[in-house]
Amino acid sequence: MSMNQPELNAVTKVPLKQMLRVNLRTYSMIIALFAIWILFTATTNGIFLTPRNLSNLFEQSAETAILAVGAVLVIVAAQIDLSVGSLAGLTGGVATICQVWLKMNAVESIVIALVLGVLLGLFQGWWVAYQNVPAFIVTLGGMLVFRGIVIGLTNGQSISPLRDGYVAIGESYVPPMVGIVLAVLAILGYAYFLIRRRQTRRNFGFAVRPIASDVVLFIVIAVVIGVFVYVMNAYQGIPIPIFIVLLLALLFSFIAAKTRFGRSIYAIGGNLEAARMSGIPIRGRILSVFALSGLMAAICGIVLTARLDAGTVDAGTNFELNAIAACVIGGTSLMGGVGSVTGAVIGAMVMGSIDDGMSLMNAAPFWQYVVKGLILIVAVWIDIQSKRRQAA
Amino acid sequence: MTEWALEMTDITKEFSGVKALDAVSLRVKKGEIHALCGENGAGKSTLMKVLSGVYPHGTFTGDIRVNGKPVQFRGIADSEASGVAIIYQELALVPEFTIAENVFLGKEPGRLGMISEDEVYQQARKWTEAVGLQRPLSTKVKYLGVGEQQLVEIAKALKKRAEILILDEPTAALSEREVERLLQILRELRSRGVTCIYISHKLDEVLSIADTVTVLRDGRSIATKPVSELDESAIISLMVGRNLDELFPKVTTPPGDVVMRVSNWSVTSAETRRQIVRDVSFEVRAGEVVGIAGLVGSGRSELVTSIFGAYPGRVAGDLEIAGEKVHIKDAADAIQKGIGLVTEDRKKQGLVLGMDIRKNITLASLRRLPGTIAIHDAEEIQWSEKLVRDLRIKVPSLEVAVSALSGGNQQKVVIAKWLLTHPKILILDEPTRGIDVGAKYEIYQLMNQLTQQGMAILMISSELPEVLGMSDRILVMGGGRIQGELKREEASQEKIMHLATRGQ
Repeated sequence: MSMNQPELNAVTKVPLKQMLRVNLRTYSMIIALFAIWILFTATTNGIFLTPRNLSNLFEQSAETAILAVGAVLVIVAAQIDLSVGSLAGLTGGVATICQVWLKMNAVESIVIALVLGVLLGLFQGWWVAYQNVPAFIVTLGGMLVFRGIVIGLTNGQSISPLRDGYVAIGESYVPPMVGIVLAVLAILGYAYFLIRRRQTRRNFGFAVRPIASDVVLFIVIAVVIGVFVYVMNAYQGIPIPIFIVLLLALLFSFIAAKTRFGRSIYAIGGNLEAARMSGIPIRGRILSVFALSGLMAAICGIVLTARLDAGTVDAGTNFELNAIAACVIGGTSLMGGVGSVTGAVIGAMVMGSIDDGMSLMNAAPFWQYVVKGLILIVAVWIDIQSKRRQAA
Repeated sequence: MTEWALEMTDITKEFSGVKALDAVSLRVKKGEIHALCGENGAGKSTLMKVLSGVYPHGTFTGDIRVNGKPVQFRGIADSEASGVAIIYQELALVPEFTIAENVFLGKEPGRLGMISEDEVYQQARKWTEAVGLQRPLSTKVKYLGVGEQQLVEIAKALKKRAEILILDEPTAALSEREVERLLQILRELRSRGVTCIYISHKLDEVLSIADTVTVLRDGRSIATKPVSELDESAIISLMVGRNLDELFPKVTTPPGDVVMRVSNWSVTSAETRRQIVRDVSFEVRAGEVVGIAGLVGSGRSELVTSIFGAYPGRVAGDLEIAGEKVHIKDAADAIQKGIGLVTEDRKKQGLVLGMDIRKNITLASLRRLPGTIAIHDAEEIQWSEKLVRDLRIKVPSLEVAVSALSGGNQQKVVIAKWLLTHPKILILDEPTRGIDVGAKYEIYQLMNQLTQQGMAILMISSELPEVLGMSDRILVMGGGRIQGELKREEASQEKIMHLATRGQ
């Protein structure tokens, strides 16, 4: 187009305030998480904040976090997957059967579990995307079907012992030295990312953020990574399940924020009609989202059975609800179109912290349900309130 | 007692600075049928929403009196209590409930929350007979035709002791026989003292049934006259007639090659199985703006969405783009073949409101964005920034959600999205609906620039001045057919209206 407009558009100026506001929801969740930690540290005479406990806490949050990472995409696409708990139980169960009854090795059984997860995810996605059965119904059905199959396959017994290599996924740690190397690499990688971003922005003639703000950001992230690895190493190193969560979170954050696929998922959830009219292949995308959700359920099932060193009938029961709650606490909207992977992982940690802290306080287990339930409601309420204030 | 059933005086209603109603007055005599006429967007529906309390007291200025008494409605319940009942184009019935249950919906007789079925059916009979509905009362409403459903609505209103009945385009979806029956029933109700406000585009109906006609134009009340002093052309000239020249900066470009040719195009709705577009043929040349005029329901939007491959129904006919015969199966296909469609409803179909401006602009061009695995951020920003600049979209930053923009700027974002797909033909469905005069002007200028660059534009508009002001040629649709084609020089509002009402 050949319109000339002398004035420079305001676009190039990206005010810092604006950026802060975008991330406000994530910040407030991190602050809430720290508040919970401080509270529990105070009420448990500091036991909560010991490396041993934090290591346990992270490890126990891992399974919810893995499911939550997959659930974010599903919920952002304005769908729901209620089957992931049962599917984790089924895929984990099949992996143990492969090892114990069929004498397969760890790698073979993992591959079979992952493939099974994806196939069952595709199966459910096909009902939703191509047969127009609501996701709530399809996955509620899936939840029952998969649980039934687990019970049928295992005859109600628990299956063990599992292969050492398999169990290591759930129970071992990244060696401290390797942890330090990874931390240094991560910090360097982040620095590279920041510098690279400044360069591109400059090359394209965009306003670059004040160097001070990038430096502050870098220091904060570096300190977080450093403290995390230090604390984990003070016990036995980074638990492998946590390592898996971090990798998946990184990967899925990238998918959600940077790829065409991720973009189209947000568009579908934000406004299905607008997405359709913009030429986005709705059915294919929804099918893929369910396949990914099935894959994450399988990973969760593997980690879970490996940690327990057994396949059990009720493995993964109610996990789907925890995963959905984690997403919602982390700012994902059940209406679709809004949500972040980071938020969901933090949400999973909030839930894990409550379980862990309250059991340290010797509170009766029922309180964990009550408190988590209330936090879920309050988190969403705060979100609604803040949106209303923004709108006004 | 007064002779007026309803007096609305100096009603002014603004939507974010745009006056939808500007000191409108409407006085309706008791027991008359009072027709309200005006073009789409003249303010009829807004006025009725003010009257029925959808826009509560305090959100508009002016004075409303019912039977001489001043009223202040806080909601629909209040207006119903004063005897005002409105029957919308989209009926508000529960399809799974029976006729009787619908008539009594929300007001079921009985005690302690237990509904007395016997009473419901007994009493419902009285009201359904009053509207001449001859169906067993236990029939579920979903099995009724539109005409019969309308009668249920009227029965429901009568049951609420409505004294003023408002009908908004009641005959838009009715067959000729159903229309006849409805008009007959309205006459009977009138003889029983019910006052009726009748909103319709169909002037022959208005002339046959109304006692008095009030015409609105551009949110103002233009005239109120007894029907005996009016004929069809008198009403049309009251409805139209304003000064166009300054509003439309039309620049004519000599037309080039044919960009799009549509032949024998027919569309059948998947839902109602009715044929909505019948045997339509036309072509659009490079540098040309072809306007499509017609009343609501004439099949215009269905025509263009079906060309775009996004209409859920049976489509027959041939389509050529730039001389090549194409078959378009979905929107992605259409985009790839060089068709852009700025949809009628930007909030429902055009924008992802919660997404930021950049992502909305690139949404239809995701495949063309640079970057192999990840979308190349900087390039994406640059692409969208250029469009924001070229289209003069006023935004605080690209990262702001489009929901925060004004209507005019939102519309420009939608247009930007389609320009980024580099279409050969751009279809604009109601491109300036609900946006202010300044933004309209800018969109017209943009259309000029696009045609000068050789783009072909097909524009649907319900605003006749816009069609007249911006089109090189005008196709007038009515009843799913093209009723006529007018050249820019020969076109007039009267000619368009005559053609448009012919198919009804």
